[in-house]
Amino acid sequence: MTQSIRRSSLGPLADPQVHQLLRPDGTLRESSAQAVGDDVLLEGMHWMLLSRAFDVRAIALQRQGRAGVVSPASGQEASVVGSALAFDPRVDWLVPQYRELPAYLIWGFPLEHVFHNLTGRPLLGRIPDHVKMLPTQVAIAAQLPHAVGLAWGLKIQKKDGVVLAYFGDGASSEGDFHEACNLAGVTQAPIVFFLQNNQWAISTPRQLQSAARYLADRAAGYGFAGEIVDGNDFLAVHEVTERAVERARSGKGPTLIEAITYRLSFHNTTDDPTRYQDPDLLESAKANDPIDRLERYLRLRGLWDDDRHAKAVASAEARIEEAVSKVAAAPRPEPHELFDNIFAELTPAQQRQRQELLDRATE
Amino acid sequence: MSRMNIIEAIRSALASEMERDERVVVLGLDVGALGGVFRASDGLLGRFGPGRVIDTPLAEAAIIGSSIGLAVSGLVPVAEIQFLGFTHQAFHQIGAQLARFRYRSRGRFPLQVTVRAPMGGGTRTPEFHPDAIEAQFVQSPGLKIAMPATPVDAKGMLLAAIRDPDPVLFIEPERLYRADRMEVPDDDYVVDFGAARIVRSGTDVTVIAWSAAVEVCERACELLTARGISVELIDLRTLVPLDVETVTASVQKTGRAVVVHEATLTAGFGAEVAALIQHECFFSLDAPVERVASYDTPYPPAAFELAWLPFPQRVAAAVRKTVEV
Repeated sequence: MTQSIRRSSLGPLADPQVHQLLRPDGTLRESSAQAVGDDVLLEGMHWMLLSRAFDVRAIALQRQGRAGVVSPASGQEASVVGSALAFDPRVDWLVPQYRELPAYLIWGFPLEHVFHNLTGRPLLGRIPDHVKMLPTQVAIAAQLPHAVGLAWGLKIQKKDGVVLAYFGDGASSEGDFHEACNLAGVTQAPIVFFLQNNQWAISTPRQLQSAARYLADRAAGYGFAGEIVDGNDFLAVHEVTERAVERARSGKGPTLIEAITYRLSFHNTTDDPTRYQDPDLLESAKANDPIDRLERYLRLRGLWDDDRHAKAVASAEARIEEAVSKVAAAPRPEPHELFDNIFAELTPAQQRQRQELLDRATE
Repeated sequence: MSRMNIIEAIRSALASEMERDERVVVLGLDVGALGGVFRASDGLLGRFGPGRVIDTPLAEAAIIGSSIGLAVSGLVPVAEIQFLGFTHQAFHQIGAQLARFRYRSRGRFPLQVTVRAPMGGGTRTPEFHPDAIEAQFVQSPGLKIAMPATPVDAKGMLLAAIRDPDPVLFIEPERLYRADRMEVPDDDYVVDFGAARIVRSGTDVTVIAWSAAVEVCERACELLTARGISVELIDLRTLVPLDVETVTASVQKTGRAVVVHEATLTAGFGAEVAALIQHECFFSLDAPVERVASYDTPYPPAAFELAWLPFPQRVAAAVRKTVEV
């Protein structure tokens, strides 16, 4: 009984409400057309392969005790890359949760900085000043009011820019999600709420989060558009997101996109999905891998082959190895640097504590 | 100079800073046409327009959370939460988000954000309206906490808060909003944070308070003067940063200390002040440090309020107790 409740699902993808262009076998659906240029598809493939390779390497580093907690994006690459490539990182802002690695890289956040943060060099992992991205957010959904304020502030000041905010199915149960969507609707802020429904909030399945048929159905209650898309279909994700970006850019307000996808890995490196996940479900999800689907399509189109694939994977792995080796040579922070960036000027109490720490180091 | 009460001083500060810095926006529930439930923003909508004086939905977490994003976008938000007790519904956006953003972003995103909210009892309002929960925010490094007690401080400290490059929780003494007027400079001025105010000098005992409790202590001082006890009364003005030197210099002189606050006793900020005094002034103390605070109960119905809050006779009794040791 309990087992049947805890069994998650891939979502009702056969439902015509769920936007899909590519079938899992990589063929275009009838009456569908590729709206995006081939260059974007090829760029998307490279980012997705880099993301998957990163997950493998980062998890290995964590298992060796060389990296902290890792939250893989595996299985969600089409959802993240397909949406992120619909924005212009020169003017648009990215507000992450924490499972969207390829989007950070697309925005210009350096891969080395990702590894600096993972390997205990937080000050070196700072977001560069030219990268329009907020820090990753550990408190689920807490970033959503920030994203709305940012979009609203751009609108008030008549500045260009649309905000992309990522979050998941679990986040949609939080109060901050509701307050943020409601405020975005009232202010008609230029924002795209991108909900990655990966079916799991750690071990809690999608159906225990909400009785709503689709999480994006809630958009109606906030007075803006909701879109439901097959999150493992790069083409469909990109098309739906482009539409939402255009809506926001032209002053027509927010969109809530629900991308139905599946978390192929664990919640993070502390998690053990074998305790709660039906292995058959995972197997069927693996058969629906988003990278494989785009690859099949590109092969059918003659844009991809074994040689290109091998080169792309090798190039991704080389880029990762280069970043890992650079980071390994970087200095560790000094303990007193833990007092950096609290205030413009430390309080007297903090100054005393910092001095105490320095004195202890010289004892 | 103009004669102003505290609410007028706050309004004056908001207006002059909005005039001086066009990035400043005021947002919150009812701040527009109504001018705020206490009229702190009265007249600002007509003067600065709906793009800068913004009524929001009733959602405290969204008011604070969106202020974070507004600041990142280049504005200087001054958010109003109608009563400090309602910041419970935005607590996660204040302590865990607003306060930590500079740190979390390794200095990339300092947040010039002010959150204004009144607190304090004695006005027969229901719970939440008067709750003195300032200590709950002190354990949020990255947040400054300012608590003026007079019209002059209210204006000068609010101007300092809005201009501060870091987030400030600006807590106003609700009961004193329309108490006595005093001469307030018309000019632009700031009262620096971390500098306590010696309300009156004395030699026998140091009394330390903040917000509306300062006024309670002033009345207690009148009772004590009549009994020949000389009190040095200190208004901390800001809990973060805390002016340790003024407090310790005074207690080293008097040898006795009483801390007074409206918040409940246990783990109130008075405990921090008492710990500080015993550590810094141990060899000067002639008596245990006394604390006068509300009892450890939920905020009581109005019928109990006056027995629950610190009142001048209770403060005076605590002072006499330290003097008689």
